[in-house]
Formats: sequence, C-alpha cells, structure tokens
Amino acid sequence: MTSWLLLAEAGASAAGTPEGGLFDLDATLPLMAVQVVLLTFILNALFFRPVGRVVEEREGYIAISRSQAKEKLAQVQRLEADLKEQLKDARLQTQKVIQAAEQESDKLYREAIALAQAESNASREAARREIDNQRSAALGQIRSDSDKLADQIVDRLLAAS
Amino acid sequence: MAPPIASALHLRLPLAELEVGKHLYWQLGNLKIHGQVFLSSWIVIGALLALVVIGTRKLERNPGGIQNLLEFIWDYIRDLSREQIGEKAYRDWLPFIGTLFLFIFVSNWGGALIPWKLIHLPSGELGAPTADINTTIALALLVSLSYFYAGLSRKGFRYFEYYVDPTPIMLPFKIIEDFTKPLSLSFRLFGNILADELVVAVLAFLVPLIVPLPAMFLGLFTSAIQALIFATLAANYIGEAVHEEHH
Repeated sequence: MTSWLLLAEAGASAAGTPEGGLFDLDATLPLMAVQVVLLTFILNALFFRPVGRVVEEREGYIAISRSQAKEKLAQVQRLEADLKEQLKDARLQTQKVIQAAEQESDKLYREAIALAQAESNASREAARREIDNQRSAALGQIRSDSDKLADQIVDRLLAAS
Repeated sequence: MAPPIASALHLRLPLAELEVGKHLYWQLGNLKIHGQVFLSSWIVIGALLALVVIGTRKLERNPGGIQNLLEFIWDYIRDLSREQIGEKAYRDWLPFIGTLFLFIFVSNWGGALIPWKLIHLPSGELGAPTADINTTIALALLVSLSYFYAGLSRKGFRYFEYYVDPTPIMLPFKIIEDFTKPLSLSFRLFGNILADELVVAVLAFLVPLIVPLPAMFLGLFTSAIQALIFATLAANYIGEAVHEEHH
C-alpha cells in the first residue's frame, strides 16, 4: 500500500499539480468496491439467478424429455417385438388352420369320392345282378316256353298223324 | 537533442498531456473521490442493467431476442467459472465472476465506443472506469477478499495448509503471491486500458483520419481479452483456494 502511495505522490508531483496524477488513490477505491459489490447483488437478482433458473429448467426439461423419449422408444421396441412375435404365432396358426382345412377338405373329398365310387360300384353290381337275374329268368322262361312249344308241336304233330 | 523534442511534443500534444492524471474531484465530507470515474461507471452500469432488465422481462423456455444473448453470456460465464473453480463450488461464485467480467467488459468497451468527448467536464474527462487505478485496485482487492473468504469458509483453518502445500519452503512465496496477485491483476487491467486510450488519443491527435482505426480495433480486442483475463484469473484464484486435495 505504501509503495502505491509513493507512486501516487510521484505521479502527482510529476504532473506538477498538488493533487491528481495517474496513481491518485483516494476514497474512489472503497466506494468503487462497494459499488461493484452492490452491482454483484443486483446482477445476481436480476440476471444470474433468473437466467440460470430458466437455463437449468430447460436443461432439466430436455433431460427429462430425452429420458422419456428413450423410455417410449424402448417401449415401442418392446411392443414391436411383442407384436412381431404375435404376428409370427398368428401366421403359424393360420398356416396350421389352412393345412388342417386342406387336409380336412381332402379327406372329405376322398371320402366323398370313395363313397360315390362304392355307391356306383354297388349300384352297378346290383344292376348287373338284376340283369343276370332277368336274363336267367328270361332264359328259363324261354326254355320253358320252348319246351311248351315243343310239346305242343309234338302234340299237334302226334295228333295230326 | 532530446529535450527540445520532448518539449516540442509537450507543446504539440496538449491533449495527451491533458488525458493523464487530471480528475474531476468531488468532495464527500472530508473524502475526495474521482467524479468522472463514477459518472462513466454509472453510465456503463446503467447500460448493463438496462440490457439485463429488458432481456429478462419475459423469460421463456424457447428463448428469443435479447434472452438468447443473455443466456449465451450466462452460459459463457458458467463455463468459465465451472472450469476454473470446479463443479462443487462454482455456483456460489458465478455471480461474482460474472459481475467482474461484465463490469470490466462494458467499462472497457464503453470507454472505447461511447463518444465521451462530447461531454465536457470542468476538470478531467470521461473514459473507461477501468482506466483509473482506483477502480482496478478496488476490483483486485475484492478478488483477494473473496478468495480468502472462499478458502476459509469452505475449509476453515485448513485453508492455510495451502501455504505449505508441497513443502514448507513454499511458505514465503505463497505469502508474496497474496500481494502480487492483486497487484498484477490491478496493474494489468489499468495499464492495458489506459495505454489503449492514450494510444488512440495520441494517434487521433496526430492523424485524425483512418490511422487510429487499427489501434481502435486492437483496443476493442484488448479490452475484451482483459475482461476475460481478469475474470478467469479471479475464478482461478478462488478455485485454488477452494481446491480440495485428493489423497
């Protein structure tokens, strides 16, 4: 402090005036210090605190929204995987159902065809049997008729002779 | 040869002579204060406060206009103080560091940009408040007080371990440091700003056109750098004081 005062005096004497000079220390110093301290409190109230609050709120908001978005993304991915699984199951099931239905219809078709074939075979067999019966009956009839005719012929011929 | 030139310069440069060491004295009781320093400091503080008040009138989550600028400044100061002081303590000291930076910055730039010469004072002339040694010593002593306070309030008397930190041999150097810190802080700022004003004034007196312009731009650059240096060093000293050794 003394060295500064000496410098101040030197400055004052160099300027050639009883007061003044570059290094003229006086009550400006403490008053300026008080003024700067006051300015610190004023700026703290008007600037640093409110702006800091806004910036930090925004940072918090961004962090929270980010984590929420990440959570949602994870949820979406989980749901997507879930749905894919379900979709695969559903596809498998449909395939199974389709296969079963195809087999069923095939079976039904075959059964129906077999049934129809059996029926047609049976009716053909019946028809043939009927035909055979009728033929044998007709043959019998013819034979008996021919026998009767032959008898008659023989009788007529015998009667005539 | 030399004395005639010096005296000629003395005669030819009344402006440069007028700049230095003349003050507008105000009497406050039996105390004398430099009126021009307070006048110009009130003007730059008023401008700063006006900017801050207008900019923070309607703070929104989606910033616009001046709020953007203020948030940029805030962010800049926060990064500066966080880097120098450390994550744990920077919050307490951010307003102080920020005020130092803003006050010195607007003072320096105000001294360079506001046409002070249009206002005539009975004695002395208006200029950057930081071109007065009283202002810079006041700021530097505030920094000293605050780093002592920061260290003592955070660590108690363990703060003085810092003086014998690696070895007790450091003790005298660290004590000297406590005096050289405010001395270098105040004289660096004072010297740079005063020299800048004088260079511009002398150049403007010798060649009033164009030639002073580079010096003026350089002055703006220096002014900003000085504000940054002062704030960074202040934060660094506080950081040094609150720094905890990790054993």
